[in-house]
Amino acid sequence: MNLIHLIRNRDWRWAVLPLTLLTVWYVVTTLGWVNTKLIVPPEKVYQAAVKAISRDGFMEGVEASLMRDMSGFVIGSFAGIVFGVLLGLSRWTERIVGPTFNTLKHISLFAWLPLISTWLGTGDSAKIVFISLTTFYPVAINTFDGVRSVPRTQLEVARVYAFTRWQSITRLIVPAASPQILTGLHLGLIYAWMATIGAEFLLVTADTGLGDAVIKGRAAFNVELIVFGMLIIGLVGALLNFIATRIESHLLAWRGDRT
Amino acid sequence: MAHAATLEIKNLNKQYKVRGESLPVLENISLSIKPGEFVSIVGSSGCGKSTLLKLIIGLEDDYQGELLLDGSRIVGTSLERGIVFQEHRLFPWLTVEQNISIGLLNNTKFSEEEKRKSVQEHIELVGLKDFAGAYPYQLSGGMSQRVAIARALVNRPEVLLLDEPFGALDAFTRAFLQQELQRIWEKEGITMIQVTHDVEEAVYLGDRVVVMQPRPGRIKRIIDVPLPRERNRSSAEFIAIKEEVLREFSHTADASAGLIEKAASNEEYSHSNELSYQA
Ligand SMILES: Nc1ncnc2c1ncn2[C@@H]1O[C@H](COP(=O)(O)OP(=O)(O)OP(=O)(O)O)[C@@H](O)[C@H]1O
Ligand SMILES: [Mg+2]
Repeated sequence: MNLIHLIRNRDWRWAVLPLTLLTVWYVVTTLGWVNTKLIVPPEKVYQAAVKAISRDGFMEGVEASLMRDMSGFVIGSFAGIVFGVLLGLSRWTERIVGPTFNTLKHISLFAWLPLISTWLGTGDSAKIVFISLTTFYPVAINTFDGVRSVPRTQLEVARVYAFTRWQSITRLIVPAASPQILTGLHLGLIYAWMATIGAEFLLVTADTGLGDAVIKGRAAFNVELIVFGMLIIGLVGALLNFIATRIESHLLAWRGDRT
Repeated sequence: MAHAATLEIKNLNKQYKVRGESLPVLENISLSIKPGEFVSIVGSSGCGKSTLLKLIIGLEDDYQGELLLDGSRIVGTSLERGIVFQEHRLFPWLTVEQNISIGLLNNTKFSEEEKRKSVQEHIELVGLKDFAGAYPYQLSGGMSQRVAIARALVNRPEVLLLDEPFGALDAFTRAFLQQELQRIWEKEGITMIQVTHDVEEAVYLGDRVVVMQPRPGRIKRIIDVPLPRERNRSSAEFIAIKEEVLREFSHTADASAGLIEKAASNEEYSHSNELSYQA
């Protein structure tokens, strides 16, 4: 209703640090205290941004990156939830699969890249497999923990009301584990975005993408384009995080106000 | 209408394994419960009352002796047997209404319409009409327990086990729900077994009061309550029976300590039971 009121009542403290940094950046570059070839002034980044956005291909690159990110995220989370639930449900599968899984998870994800690119090349499918794998781990581990910590007392309730196996999973185990599953998905979402950019840096192809744009900037020694690319990467990440937080707190409203 | 069942407990023994050692929890329990009977069980904390109910409901099958329902051995749980646990055990992600509906999830006797109606009736019965859409975190302990009672009743089981269902309630609500429980019991003819630490409640509701003693859990004495209903809590006969039950208690070593200990132990219990799940 009242705009001034709205602005005043908002907490703007988060803006202090970015504004300070921006000011410092502006001051040191205009006063020429630094090599402006390496540390480009903000207005140059702004110009690069305008040019990049109006030019064909940049926004497509962002879109392509996001598509990869989402495909990998969806595949990885689905697999992670299914795997985590199955592993958590049965001591038998845990005995067989658990130790191997625990060893594999210590392999740095980037160590998978050479293998993946040997098998699948450097195209989209290789990137998506890598992103899926990155998402898979946190989702699977957290889902497993969540399923394991379902209280025995609640499982007894399910038995008293003659839940079928499927009812126990869908009406008790998954909802009871949902806080941990959502934590896993949230982590997976952030990791997936990092993996997307990482994959684009390391599996260079003719495909478009944000990472690709930044690489091109480096090739052309176009620092302002690199900085702009970084800003976009950071902003997209922050946006994904924000959306995830919102969905999480909405889905977990039943826990009350204990954020 | 539920057809009430005969429950026969013969020489029941139960041990728990604690650190490799076998700890006797129930010893030689024999009790025959007629169809439609109301049996109250009292006894100090830790004498195995909850364990006994757990065996009857079919959540535990590692025991010696016999547990027969209408002559056949109890194997696993069944919708014909309902229970109100000592802790409410609601699902925190479901509203009051949804939690009560869980009781009817696998009920095949009612139509969808009847189920809906039954859930509404039971929400009203336990006085939570204004809280139908509330989540458990928004409820007090007593309100949660009332939801649990509704969840168990909604299914109209043949046998209903109640583990201190009114422990967390104020005196007024408790008296009201005792009467409602009695009304449902009379109307439906359900066989009911109620564990309570309130001797007056045990005498008020029970056809018989089973007094248990601890270490290991045994039946100390069974006291008949041959009073007509609606019972008058201040009548001389009522008070005499109450005194008799209390006398049994004072003979049991550390019984009074157990009774006092009871008061605040409900929450603790639920936490200690949160073992990790293994199928
Ligand atoms: N799962 C278990 N494993 C090992 N011991 C157990 C287990 N459950 C119960 N016990 C033991 O069995 C005994 C009886 O427990 P139970 O819960 O039946 O007592 P209770 O009579 O219901 O007590 P209260 O009045 O405090 O609820 C206790 O000594 C308890 O420590
Ligand atoms: Mg108990």
